[in-house]
Amino acid sequence: MNRFAHLIDRIGYEPRRNAKIRLMADYFRHTPDPERGFALAALTGALSFRHAKPNLIRGLMAERSDPALFGLSWDYVGDLSETVALMWRAPDPELPAPRAEPDGGAPQNPGADARPHASGADGPAPGIGHNNPPPDGEPIAPEGPCPHVPALSEVVEGLATAGKSELPRLVATWLDALDETGRWALLKLITSELRIGVSARLAKTAVASLGDIATDEVEHVWHGLEPPYRELFAWVEGKGPRPEGVNPAPFRPPMLAHPVEDEDFAKLDPALFGAEWKWDGIRLQAVAGRDPEGRLVRRIYSRTGEDVSKAFPDLVEALDFEAALDGELLIVREGRVQSFNVLQQRLNRKAVTPKMIAEYPAHLRCYDILAEGGEDLRHLPFADRRIRLESLIGRIGAPGIDLSPTVPFGSWEELAEARRDPAGAGAGPDADAIEGCMLKRLDSPYLPGRPKGPWWKWKREPFLVDAVMMYAQRGHGKRSSFYSDYTFGVWRESAGGPELVPVGKAYSGFTDQELLKLDRFVRNNTVNRFGPVREVGYGPDKGLVLEVAFEGLQRSGRHKSGVAMRFPRINRIRWDKPAGEADRLEILERILKKGETGQHPLGGAPAGGGA
Amino acid sequence: MSGMATRAADLLTLTPQGLYCPGGDFHVDPTRPVPRALITHGHSDHARSGHGHVMATAETLGIMAVRYGADFAGATQTAELGEVVRIGEVTVTFVPAGHVLGSAQIVIEHGKCRLVVSGDYKRGRDPTCLPYRPIPCDVFITEATFGLPVFRHPDARAETDKLIESARLFPERAHIVGAYALGKAQRVMALLREAGYDRPIYLHGAMERLTAFYKDHGVALGETPRVAPDDRAKLAGEIVICPPSAIQDLWARKFPDPVTAFASGWMRVRARARQKGVELPLVISDHCDWDDLCRSILETGAEEVWVTHGQEDALVHWCLSRGIRARPLHMLGYGDEEAEGQAGEAAAGAPDPDGAAADPAAADVAA
Ligand SMILES: [Zn+2]
Repeated sequence: MNRFAHLIDRIGYEPRRNAKIRLMADYFRHTPDPERGFALAALTGALSFRHAKPNLIRGLMAERSDPALFGLSWDYVGDLSETVALMWRAPDPELPAPRAEPDGGAPQNPGADARPHASGADGPAPGIGHNNPPPDGEPIAPEGPCPHVPALSEVVEGLATAGKSELPRLVATWLDALDETGRWALLKLITSELRIGVSARLAKTAVASLGDIATDEVEHVWHGLEPPYRELFAWVEGKGPRPEGVNPAPFRPPMLAHPVEDEDFAKLDPALFGAEWKWDGIRLQAVAGRDPEGRLVRRIYSRTGEDVSKAFPDLVEALDFEAALDGELLIVREGRVQSFNVLQQRLNRKAVTPKMIAEYPAHLRCYDILAEGGEDLRHLPFADRRIRLESLIGRIGAPGIDLSPTVPFGSWEELAEARRDPAGAGAGPDADAIEGCMLKRLDSPYLPGRPKGPWWKWKREPFLVDAVMMYAQRGHGKRSSFYSDYTFGVWRESAGGPELVPVGKAYSGFTDQELLKLDRFVRNNTVNRFGPVREVGYGPDKGLVLEVAFEGLQRSGRHKSGVAMRFPRINRIRWDKPAGEADRLEILERILKKGETGQHPLGGAPAGGGA
Repeated sequence: MSGMATRAADLLTLTPQGLYCPGGDFHVDPTRPVPRALITHGHSDHARSGHGHVMATAETLGIMAVRYGADFAGATQTAELGEVVRIGEVTVTFVPAGHVLGSAQIVIEHGKCRLVVSGDYKRGRDPTCLPYRPIPCDVFITEATFGLPVFRHPDARAETDKLIESARLFPERAHIVGAYALGKAQRVMALLREAGYDRPIYLHGAMERLTAFYKDHGVALGETPRVAPDDRAKLAGEIVICPPSAIQDLWARKFPDPVTAFASGWMRVRARARQKGVELPLVISDHCDWDDLCRSILETGAEEVWVTHGQEDALVHWCLSRGIRARPLHMLGYGDEEAEGQAGEAAAGAPDPDGAAADPAAADVAA
């Protein structure tokens, strides 16, 4: 467990993809079966434990700590598992066991026996703290005799077999035995929150690197393998045969686009590119193929290679072909693509019910084909793949799967016009779900990753509004100890004079340096606390103005202001601007009105919105 | 309030400049210029220039002269550790605080009432300064920078061992260690030397003068050459110490594939380390962790505790839950030698806590 804990701890600090692969490969190389197999399962998200939920951890901590101190600590650290890992101490987590004062007790007169100020090099007597090596070898921690540090495989087995009532004691025993990093890893593991920037694909890449094997080969055999993956490791290390049960529907890493900047167009020849709408949905890969028994295996993958088939049974059922398609998940009702907000409502639900499927039918709008009938098409030019794709979609004839149309254009100016007004350029009412254009070189093969040049994304100009920060909440992941999610409002007239009404929430768009300043602003200007949420001071002459960029507006009965923003983000922090000069609700209502007639009111003048 | 507490509140009051003793007509660690200041230690959030008269240990006076120039105050008076000195109606005594070279607690007594202003202090071992001594008192005034039970600093030597191990593991990469220029940098160097690390330890220009000051005061730190701009590319496998603000700077990127390390108590919280882009967090602090704050309060036997700044709520709660009267002072302007360094920038308008060469770009040119 400790080795695995230190691996994921290090990976968490490591930004470089190749270094992450190296760290994982090094771990797999030097860790025996089945330990490394369970580690691979943990890294690929293949483990899940029924009873071990955050509640259990909170309960354990409540037994051992002062609730006020736990609350303050959790509020500070932000992350439950990390808070518990740091605070955990057996038997009394608040106070070290009383120790004999080693330097003969405190002097009665501070003047009488303070030693002369000797230089450090002479080696002043060491201060005695719990964080120092004990002077005479006595144990520091009050745990008593060395407890047994569990192996990862023991933890996995224990979690799988222990009954619900035994579990708290078992987890507590492990926590007592592990060091801080070990406790953190254990808690992350059992709460399925092991977010360390490693995708299933990256972990498989590390496995592949143990031998001279392509990651795609690992993807092909992955189907049908179970933790702890002994036969997989044996195969990549050249000690065993290639595992049976080749995956008939493997994931293939997607090709990604770079954002295009205005100055790029001078270098791009419009004749070499095709254009499509950029859909405001979720990128998916739909793959179907036949296993050796001739059964059709159908899978849906996220763009990082996670198998998400279970979430979309309606779409899985429609995969009646043998091919790998790249496309966008959308919700389509009565032939009309719904906005991202609608899609979000389906994604937010955990359980997939017939009612939900009927209300939010999943739809795949395809823009590429990677393989067909066992033939890899990725080396073909985009224009040729497009022909294969059009022909296949025509043959499938499933209502839930269609083609992302191309946008005809002769010059970049023409395309700019279409991007400004997708409804007028053929998208009709689907324009709500369009967030710009994609440019794809007609001769480009399908290259995994984000190669610069062949594919570009050209997003619509955002709207801008000056709003006032009202509430802040802690973020997630590396931002969990910072107030990084901000609810902001604009002014509207009320019976009692102007008041701020919340219009949205944003948690991105600022730099790390700006985040530190925003976090400090929140902590220094808190006027109210509601659980994890803090209300900050605001009013006509106090408060912080945030210039917020957003992609669009919708009417919303759920919001007090009656509007909901799409993709709001902090464009600029207006430390200089008095809160009284922030925008009024009327500007949003104007945007809404014009938006409904299909026009973008601020057009190409992004700076105009909030000034 | 008991009679004792009332007297303590008269003995030391809170003013916009900081803690003030009317009986002796002096401030302790004032944040703005005052006629007479007693200063606990040389960090810039405690030791500011421009006071009429400054009383501090010889080392603290020396550090202030290094940072602000010889004329940093109208007049100075050296405080001898342990010597009881009368000022007006009160007596004061300076006692080691274990924080940085020259750091002291200030004991203020009047009649039977004894109050200890501990300044910044720590109990962890530090070969570069005298250890903290617990002083029995009626009122103990403490900071609470790491005043939450999530802060438990590990053994500092284990942290420098991590650094040495990483330098051994990645001989093709330079290890850039962010550390506060006063105290932390020298402590890290001294711990590396204790562990037997005998390669030169390279210094950013901003660390030089204070490191020389430590060496002049007998702290053995071995060979510590300054990094010459052109040499950066040649320092693969070496350890380089720089101000925290420089680790993410262009200056640091000229080293071969640098490993970014940062020595600070804040590194205990992963989100804080990641936020700063640190790859090798070293949990080394010159402040007390939670256990040591609690232990120190108990050891003074104080009936009342005032918490100046930091995570005041938790420490006050802990005191109250143990029957010790406690109140937060919510003092502003302190704690920045770590907090600002962590933000990678000097507080706007405040002197740079890391001393010389505040601007990493300037340091880049000057180094
Ligand atoms: Zn200090």
